[in-house]
Amino acid sequence: MNAPMVHAEGVRKHFGKLQVLKGIDLTVERGQVCCLLGPSGSGKSTFLRCINHLEKIDGGRLSVDGEPVGHRPQGTRLHELREREVAARRRDIGMVFQRFNLFPHMTALENVMEAPVKVAGAARDQARDEARALLDQVGLADREGHYPAELSGGQQQRVAIARALAMKPKLMLFDEPTSALDPELVGDVLDVMRRLADDGMTMVVVTHEIGFAREVGDLAVFMDEGVVVESGDPRRVLAAPEQERTRAFLSKVL
Amino acid sequence: MATTTPMGTPRTGETPASDAFEIVPVRHWGRWISAVAAVAALAGLVGSLAKNGNLHWDVVGHYLFAGLIFDGLATTLWLTVAAMTLGLVLGTLVAVMRLSDDPVLYGLSSLFVWLFRGTPLLVQIIFWGYAGALYQHVMVGIPFTGVTFFQADTNTLLTPAVAALLALGLNEAAYASEIVRAGIRSVDTGQTEAAHSLGMRPALTMRRIVLPQAMRVIIPPLGNETINMLKMTALVSVIAAHDLMSNIQDVYGQNYQVIPMLVVASLWYLALVSVLSVPQAWLERRYGRGTARGAAVSPLRRLCAGSLTALRSRTQKEAGR
Repeated sequence: MNAPMVHAEGVRKHFGKLQVLKGIDLTVERGQVCCLLGPSGSGKSTFLRCINHLEKIDGGRLSVDGEPVGHRPQGTRLHELREREVAARRRDIGMVFQRFNLFPHMTALENVMEAPVKVAGAARDQARDEARALLDQVGLADREGHYPAELSGGQQQRVAIARALAMKPKLMLFDEPTSALDPELVGDVLDVMRRLADDGMTMVVVTHEIGFAREVGDLAVFMDEGVVVESGDPRRVLAAPEQERTRAFLSKVL
Repeated sequence: MATTTPMGTPRTGETPASDAFEIVPVRHWGRWISAVAAVAALAGLVGSLAKNGNLHWDVVGHYLFAGLIFDGLATTLWLTVAAMTLGLVLGTLVAVMRLSDDPVLYGLSSLFVWLFRGTPLLVQIIFWGYAGALYQHVMVGIPFTGVTFFQADTNTLLTPAVAALLALGLNEAAYASEIVRAGIRSVDTGQTEAAHSLGMRPALTMRRIVLPQAMRVIIPPLGNETINMLKMTALVSVIAAHDLMSNIQDVYGQNYQVIPMLVVASLWYLALVSVLSVPQAWLERRYGRGTARGAAVSPLRRLCAGSLTALRSRTQKEAGR
């Protein structure tokens, strides 16, 4: 039970000839908030997607809560998981996307209820009550009957967070959750994430919000061209980076 | 007199108060002229048809509600519904198979579409109608053992109605599969990823997330297919399946009133097609939920809207004077 929540050793991934991840080493302990920073194309989003097996890794080891992602160890072999087993693993990992990806044909409430009812087999009434509580938690109790198209970007993203939380995940992944938002809407989403972190949720966040990484993060990881350039306490990495590449990146975004 | 706008820039000159302006909408004179011309031309055509003695309106009236015609209509209707249902269920299955990673499923489904889309429907109908000439018996059993679970004469199994249903349904499946496939592919991959990240399995994702969204794209062409199917059933008259067209042909084969009987057929096909557009509009609204264009305006309203707004603005103006 003492295994770290996310553990990566030499994770490699390529799309065709392009090597996107060139051996990523990373450990996220339980309750930690890990912020992945770096220029676009550095592989941070790809790495995040590998964690819940939306992308398959080509080499190295990657485990979540002690279990290898996408594989079942048996003796000295790793058996590739079937779709059903992959789906079962993903239930414990929540994911929030840059483009929200809410289900447009369902209301906010139905979006949040969908997985508990259809995947976890919860009773409809109970799922509805829990979904309402979650929408209330993200400040959208009065929007439960609205379709995604009738909500602002920030509201949609908060519904998406509630939807991911509805499966009671042990790990939350955020893929640039505020990058598609108008500047004035970013704060509401970051507030929800900050409260989630305060409640002890383990989070891996790909973000360009340096302020959020500094205040909320327990671990800042700077990636560039498929490798981890520098990682450690955000206050140190962001205030006094050791590597030249980190310094160059920070000077551009700050 | 000088006025000051809120921006603080002074403006000079006699500007009347904003409500003194009269807004004159664009007058669509061309529309009115063309409407009158079109109505006149149509009236002339209808009048000449009504006066044409060769049309034998009495024959049309006599057969329009004849029992034989209603029997044919009933067959045409259930054949349309059954063939569309078969086509849609099988077509969805074929579409999902064609999008599968499994090479066997992909190969089989492609072969199916190639075969049933690549041969004329008329040929397929006649083929099923005469399948008894290819295999006299249908047998289900274990090969080389003599064990037989089921055996029947092909001609008793494959009645003209069943042959018609198979021909129309299988042909429709090939076309419907392409429509459904296009619909599935129109749904953003982010939807699938979001569903997967919630722990939904591929089949559940398809049923709950992808297909309902694909419906928006699927329904209009499928409405087309249904209307087409209704009319395609006329082709099964070649294997005497007793649909509307078969019965019409039986009648004019005896009384030689070809044109009046075809008018009877056309009137009924037109009536059925008109009725079919109602469920389509309803389905489009149902699956348009959550999109901006969800609340569609009915076609009748649209037709009236142009002339109505013109009239309304005129009466309002007159009331204002």
